[in-house]
Parts: sequence; C-alpha cells; structure tokens
Amino acid sequence: MDRPAIIRKTAADLRVPPNLADYAATREAFSWDAVRAELAGLPGGGLNIAHEAVERHAQGVRRDHVAFRFLGEKAPQDISYGELSGLTNRFANVLRSLGVGKGERLFVLSGRIPELYIAVLGSFKNGTVVSPLFSAFGPEPIATRLNLGKGAVLVTTEMLYRRKVEKIRGELPTLRHVLLASEDGRPTNVPGTLDLTTLMAQTSDHFDIAPTQAEDMSLLHFTSGTTGTPKGAMHVHGAVATHWATGKYALDLHPDDIYWCTADPGWVTGTSYGIIAPLLHGVTSIIDEAEFDAERWYRILAEQKVSVWYTAPTAIRMLMKAGAEIARKRAFPHLRFIASVGEPLNPEAVWWGKEVLGLPIHDNWWQTETGGIMIANTPAFDIKPGSMGRPLPGIEAAIVKKDAAGKVSPVDTADTEGELALKAGWPSMLRGYLNNEERYRKCFAGEWYLSGDLAKRDADGYFWFVGRADDVIKSAGHLIGPFEVESALMEHPAVAEAGVIGKPDETVGEVVKAFVSLKKGFEASDSLRMELLGHARKKLGAAVAPKEIDFLPSLPRTRSGKIMRRLLKARELGLPEGDTSTLESS
Amino acid sequence: MKEEELRATVIATLKTIAPEVEEGDLHTDKPLRNQVDLDSMDWLNFLIGLHEKLKVDIPETDYAKLVTLGDVLAYLQAKTK
Repeated sequence: MDRPAIIRKTAADLRVPPNLADYAATREAFSWDAVRAELAGLPGGGLNIAHEAVERHAQGVRRDHVAFRFLGEKAPQDISYGELSGLTNRFANVLRSLGVGKGERLFVLSGRIPELYIAVLGSFKNGTVVSPLFSAFGPEPIATRLNLGKGAVLVTTEMLYRRKVEKIRGELPTLRHVLLASEDGRPTNVPGTLDLTTLMAQTSDHFDIAPTQAEDMSLLHFTSGTTGTPKGAMHVHGAVATHWATGKYALDLHPDDIYWCTADPGWVTGTSYGIIAPLLHGVTSIIDEAEFDAERWYRILAEQKVSVWYTAPTAIRMLMKAGAEIARKRAFPHLRFIASVGEPLNPEAVWWGKEVLGLPIHDNWWQTETGGIMIANTPAFDIKPGSMGRPLPGIEAAIVKKDAAGKVSPVDTADTEGELALKAGWPSMLRGYLNNEERYRKCFAGEWYLSGDLAKRDADGYFWFVGRADDVIKSAGHLIGPFEVESALMEHPAVAEAGVIGKPDETVGEVVKAFVSLKKGFEASDSLRMELLGHARKKLGAAVAPKEIDFLPSLPRTRSGKIMRRLLKARELGLPEGDTSTLESS
Repeated sequence: MKEEELRATVIATLKTIAPEVEEGDLHTDKPLRNQVDLDSMDWLNFLIGLHEKLKVDIPETDYAKLVTLGDVLAYLQAKTK
C-alpha cells in the first residue's frame, strides 16, 4: 500500500491539548532548574522519589485516587495513593527493623505483583537502593547481579525462590534477608526466608522518609555490554526531574489519564515509566500480571478505558500477527496516545496503529544509561514512520564522529551516519557503573555521552536508528550480552568454544543464536544440541538463553584470539564477510 | 488419539523448546508458564509445534484458554477426536 512519508497531525488527533504544543518555544524556554522547582522536595530539605511519587498525592487532593489497578487471575485490585503511602511506609519500617540502611541494595525478583511495587517505593523511602531483576532470569544471571551489587535483601515469591534462588543461596554471601511474597494469601514458610505479609502486618504505617539528597543513589540497573560481566548503571533520586518532565512531554500525561505501561519492572522502562513517572503525575496505572495475550490486551485497553498506552515493538508485532479482526471486535474510544520503546518501530507498525486502532504509534528512544526518554515522537509532532522523533526539551542530541586524532565532534550535515550522542548533564543520566570507573569514562568524549547506537539525523531534526556500534543483542527490546551467554555454554563439559550473535527476527528484533565447537570426544548431534539448550536455559533462564544452537568445527577468531561474532553473523545472514584480514585462519 | 499418547506428544513438543523440563515435576493443574521458563516466543513456538505435530488448528483467539498443561491436553483432546 502506498503511504505518505509523514503522518500529519490535525486538531482531530489532539482531543486533549498536548503538554508539548510548541516544540521550538518550549525547548528555548526550558531549564532543568525550572523543572526541579515543580517538584515538592522533602519537607526538611532533600529529594526522594517516593515522596514525589506517593506522599505528595497521599497528603493532597489525590489521596483517594487510584494509583495502581492490578489485573490478575482474581478481581482487579485497586490501591489508592493514600493506601500506597501506608503500604510503602510499612515496607520501609520492615527494612528498618531488619537493620537495612540507607545505601544498601535491595533486589526484587518477581512478576508484576503489588508487593514488587510496594517494595521498590518503600525502599526509596528508607534510602535503600533498588536493583530490579527480571523474573525470567535463571539462577546464573541472578547470582551474578546480586553479587556484583552486593545485595543485602531480596524480595521474591516462594515459587521463584524455590526454582531459582534456593540452590544458589550459598553463593550469595552478602544476602542477609529474603522476603517472600505469598502467592495464595497464606503465610509462606520456607527455611532461610521471612514472610513479607506477616512482617508488614506487624509494623506501623507511619514512616519518616530518610533525608535523601538529589545525588544519592536510588536505583541500580544492570545492563549488558559486549564483553565482561553486566554493568550496574547507578541512578540517583534527582533523576525524578527527568521522569517528571518526560511523563509530561513525551507521554503527555494528564491527571485523569488511565495509563498502561506494558513493560516489566525487571527492566528500566518498567521502573522509570511503569512505576515512577505515572505516580509523579498522579494518574491511575494499569498493571497486568499476566503474560502477553492478544485478546486479553485488547480487552484491557477497552474495558479499563486506557487513555495513554506505552508498549514495545515486539508486543505490537505480535498483535499485528494475531490479526486485525481481534482488535476490530472492540472499540477504544478512550485511547488517545500510544508510544513505543525498546527497539526501532518499523513504519509498518506505526501505520498499523493508525489503521487498526485509529492512532499512529509514537516511537521514542532512550537507554538504561539515560534513565529516561531522550528522543521522542510526542502527540503534537507529525510522525515520520521509522524515525525515533526529536530530542525532548532539555536534551541536546547529535550525531558525532571521531577524527583521526580520536577527537569526537558533532556532524552537522543532515542524513550522515554516525554515533548518537547526548550532551551530558540531564538529571537522569547514569552517575557511574558500579565498581567500574573505566567503563563509565568510556561512555563519554568531552561533553558528549556516547550511546553506542548508530543513527542519522535528517534535515528536519528527526533521528533515525541505523544499528548498534557493538555486538550487544537486542531481543524483545532487552539487551543481552553475548559474553554472558557464551560463558554459560562454556561451562558445559562438551563445549570447547562458543560465539553468540543476534539473529534478525521479524517479531522480537533479534533472537539469541549460539555457535559452539565441541571438545575432543564429543560429537555433534540433535540430542547434544537439546542438552546444551537445556543447560543454557537452566543457567540463564528463557530471557537470556539461546533459541538456536549450531555446531561448527571451530569458531573464527581474530589474531588476538577474540571470537569474531560479526563474521558469524555475516555468515548466518549470507552477507559479504567484510575485511577478514585479522582472521586467525581462513 | 489416546490420552497417554497425546500427553507424550505434548511433552515432547515442550521439550524441543525447553529440554530441561522434567515431566515428573509438572503439575497438570497449575499454569505451565509458572513452572517452566517460557517467554512469549517460546510459548508461541510451543503452540506452533503442537499445531504442526497434531495438525490441529489453534486460533489466536483460543490462546487465552490454554494456561495449564491440563487445559492444553483437554483442548487438543477435543480437537483430535
């Protein structure tokens, strides 16, 4: 079908006057200090995310407004801002009674259950740093992250504890307390753990928020690089200024919105925009505890009267696959804005939104390291399908190139490919990688933060994603470090070497594919393939383990001994193999 | 198809996606995805695998009904009669 290159917005597209109406003027007048002035701040001075997100509303007119509506197997469970205040106070008191203090790390590992949200916000109140784990991680990624982050407390469920943590408990020397959320309402009783509900019931629902400052650490988000262990990106309470501003401009949140962020809080989108940003704006968030299901999702959009929806390309492509008929069985008169993040949204998907749901889908771009949305298509923008949009107010983005001397400078010519960079200093920028100053410094060149993404900027100032500058795999919007997968495969006695790539996939972007060569005495077979797959899944979990494993007699390496993942990928795709002059052998 | 035969086929299909599964550990009446690590893609591939092996159509609109192993078995039993 022939479609124009630009989706022009008209008054009919803007039923609610957008928060960002005049892009140029708002950018011009913008200052982060003015945004900070819109925050409440702690009564005695200082800044705390939970105060901005919960207390401000709990002590004001929105006390009885629904903050979260949880959709599970049973009837929906609503938690108002006032109730959320009491529950998170109780959780903070539990931490205090256990002697868990400011700056210590609490990890969460669970599905999207109320306890997870209460634990995250209660930890902020106590000044305890939160590190989210994805519930589909296997024991190995869990242990790696808990140990790197020196986790003192783990909040999880009985089922996940038994399946993934119990066996590795002895390998987690810093972990002092495991708090279990019950799955059936009955108190849990598992050796070496505490029952969260019981502890919460025994404490007070009053708590004085710890006097955190804007530069105190709030969140530790692990993300994957090409080499080595995962990196713990450190974020601070002051990031809340970005979450406030982006909730306002990029997601266009208005007080009466019903908002649904489909991301899991195990990843940065699910915390920044699944927990923090909507609460800052006092809106009602829908949280669906179930996994993706097309019919269910359309039902939620319609029945819950969702007005602002923040989702991901993989989910959108799965909805597209399920067919338009399911969508057309329902109407979505309340829906007014759809945004997407995780990987570039293909033009086809942007148009599908317009044709099937009546609204185009607005792509935006950011990373774990940026803490919040940086580049976006906002409601008032004309959309160029396939583009991530334009930098938000307060964000300066550029395409940069390195010259022969290694100096990085912006490229002014439109449509030139280069690395996407941001002028350092926005409030939610990472403050470092935990215990890894060198890797942190490598993210910057002069005043620029280097994203590792290759992109172009067109003459109208819209940015277009081109590819990754490294070997990191992006599957269903999540970064997967090939090294972590290779290491797990190498632990199997049959494996001599392993190389892992992202294989393009039309639904999830890339799937993890592994190439292995075998040690002497082992022979490639389907049963060994299955054994390796099971081995990797048990260690890594479904979210990280490879979906495909191929055997090779040996893996191509550079003269310095590094496995050439790019060459493996080129061969997989039948592409020209490029410069192989550094290859060990042909 | 006989019940045991159907069950064996379903487990075998599941094992092509999650070879680590021990049949004895599976509770027939509990959500399968709470017991086995299956992301959305694994789940989809599992259903596609069943469709291919058993030549049974599983329309997208029925996916929501298939939660436990018991649900899957009963659904397929009805369709393969």
